[in-house]
Amino acid sequence: MSDKVKMREQSPAERIRNFNEVPYGYDEREAVQEASRCLGCKKRPCAQGCPVEVDIPDFIARIKAEDFTGAAEVIKRKNSLPAICGRVCPQESQCEALCVLGRKGEPVAIGRLERFVADYEREHRSSDAAVVPAAGNKTKVAVVGSGPAGLTAAADLALMGYEVVLFEALHAPGGVLRYGIPEFRLPKAILDEEVGYIRSLGVDLQYNMLVGATLSIEELFADGYKAVFIGTGAGLPYFLGIPGENLNGVYSANEFLTRVNLMRAYRFPEYDTPVRIGRHVAVVGGGNVAMDAARTALRLGAERVSIVYRRAWEEMPAREEEKHHGREEGIDFKLLNNPVAILGDDKGWVEGMECVRMELGEPDESGRRRPVVIKGSEYVLDVDTVVVAVGQGPNPLLIQSTGGLETNRRGNITADPETMATSIPGVYAGGDIVTGAATVIAAMGAGKIAARNMDAYLKGV
Amino acid sequence: MYEIKHAADLAESIRLLVVSAPMVAAKAKAGHFVVVRNGETGERIPLTIADYDREQGTITLVIQSVGKSSSEICELKAGDAFTDVLGPLGHATHIDRVGTVVCVAGGVGVAPVYPIARAFKEAGNKLISVIGARSKDLIFFQTEMEAVSDAVHYTTDDGSYGLHGFVTDAVRNIVDGGEKVSEVVAIGPLPMMRAVADLTRGYGIPTVVSLNALMVDGTGMCGGCRVTVGGETKFSCVDGPDFDGHQVDFAELLRRQNRFGEEEKMAYDRHRKEGHKCRIR
Repeated sequence: MSDKVKMREQSPAERIRNFNEVPYGYDEREAVQEASRCLGCKKRPCAQGCPVEVDIPDFIARIKAEDFTGAAEVIKRKNSLPAICGRVCPQESQCEALCVLGRKGEPVAIGRLERFVADYEREHRSSDAAVVPAAGNKTKVAVVGSGPAGLTAAADLALMGYEVVLFEALHAPGGVLRYGIPEFRLPKAILDEEVGYIRSLGVDLQYNMLVGATLSIEELFADGYKAVFIGTGAGLPYFLGIPGENLNGVYSANEFLTRVNLMRAYRFPEYDTPVRIGRHVAVVGGGNVAMDAARTALRLGAERVSIVYRRAWEEMPAREEEKHHGREEGIDFKLLNNPVAILGDDKGWVEGMECVRMELGEPDESGRRRPVVIKGSEYVLDVDTVVVAVGQGPNPLLIQSTGGLETNRRGNITADPETMATSIPGVYAGGDIVTGAATVIAAMGAGKIAARNMDAYLKGV
Repeated sequence: MYEIKHAADLAESIRLLVVSAPMVAAKAKAGHFVVVRNGETGERIPLTIADYDREQGTITLVIQSVGKSSSEICELKAGDAFTDVLGPLGHATHIDRVGTVVCVAGGVGVAPVYPIARAFKEAGNKLISVIGARSKDLIFFQTEMEAVSDAVHYTTDDGSYGLHGFVTDAVRNIVDGGEKVSEVVAIGPLPMMRAVADLTRGYGIPTVVSLNALMVDGTGMCGGCRVTVGGETKFSCVDGPDFDGHQVDFAELLRRQNRFGEEEKMAYDRHRKEGHKCRIR
């Protein structure tokens, strides 16, 4: 059995000096070669691993036959954001994890193939849309939040023929795809193209609409909307609760990444929003957001960037590819280390971070071995910038302003996992606002399920 | 786009803009703020709503030119437009009938104070206003404030108008003069709000301050506007902007407001140089 076709990428030395995308993607020959590895097995286990139900073997078969436009059509029937999914989905734990080739060797590189198809279609697109919406039915539906859940719900509802208005609080679409994921992982031009496609399906995208402040869910129904999908994400940054967190030079990952990604601080002063990088940056946390912040800091010119994480390499929740890229780029991984205080100078600027070393003890409720402090291991890490990337919670703004919307202990909206219906009839919710911070594709899957059930609800009304 | 319907200079470097934003105007209350963006390369800037007209669908903003972004906003004219206006944001000021309220405004702070003073007056309170500025020509909204106040006290740093001194001197005179003050609202530069809060703490008078902290999104997402209040970290965008002035850690906030001081200065210097070039051409 052959190994999967490698994807060419920028060398680490080159890419830490720019914000361009790291991998180049397959060319046609590489894509056909990789597609030829697919056995086309009858059971189609890969497709069962896809939260948005893409007919994976079918699109791979089209690539094999060099019908790339046909492959795009197959994908777009189920997934309106293929260029994004092909880049940021954790395929290794979804479709590719179920590929039969993976039992004895490397699975088919489904993610890379999806990316190839989406990029090919975007570059060769004719004026005809790949998928045509159903005839309009004049029923108005509202989608709140233009992140991956909202975009997917909006696209699916538009394809079913609904009049969809998509409300976004910021001045640009995409939610976490815009403010969180950096350019070198997901170029904004690609996000803009995919959002453009969704608008071409008839979705009316409105900015500066903070539902919960500018208008309420109640008012949406009064305005004639018959159903509402809430996909407001996990936007509230968590902090560590240690001394010194309000010193100058401490950012939440959200603030740091929003300044750079949404506001383009990496092009300051051409763009007005600044960001201060300092010489030695510590990023606290071990997820994809931490990895994004660390690799961004490196590209902004930090001399040294350290990831400070309290568990070990294997426990880091970031994708393997991101960890691997970070290591190649020279990120210093301070694993089994935990910050206990951030230290400031007399002017209130960060000048160090006190940490302790940890060791792994017995497994905790998450099944991961619990990190335990090694007594007497305190030391001061020499840093002047700290980025806190230890997770995000639900933004309470919309929830507080919506009477009757049930939430759980952590403040997430309670939704039926089968239908995404909330406690209010006609109101559905999905993505991070329901599950807590998770993946782009899980949010898209929820948007898809919600759209289907909103349709059923509306037809039943 | 959010068109500017009317623009006027209120004093040197202080500009009034009446902006078309019907959905914001429909919901705006005293104490709310908006985040605006001027141009595709612009920053997101929080500005307190100085007034609103629900019928016309407009909100009034007052901006002082202190850096690149604010000076560019101050150059906007009627017919121009903001790229983005988001709001109304934050909690509205808590208005109640409490007796006598003293509204203290420092400098450009008179703009956000005005709708609050009006709301307290309409709620049936005796309303005493204190307006402080560096000098007479920097005082504005005089007619507006006098219309909603039972009495207005003026102070100037240089003695060119009203009491020669600071707003704290006027507040002290009011309280020491026997006025039974139930609540103080103070809005202006941070050192001024701190000084008022320090004074009223001694008198035991509840004091509300409105914090216009550095922020990016204004919706609770970035946490850049965090401020310590009573030993707890709060986000001024969603937990405020009004806080108990006696509980705010002003020293920390003053430091935090200068987080990007060097960058702001660099951008402003560059802007002024370029502005100079433009005029030669």
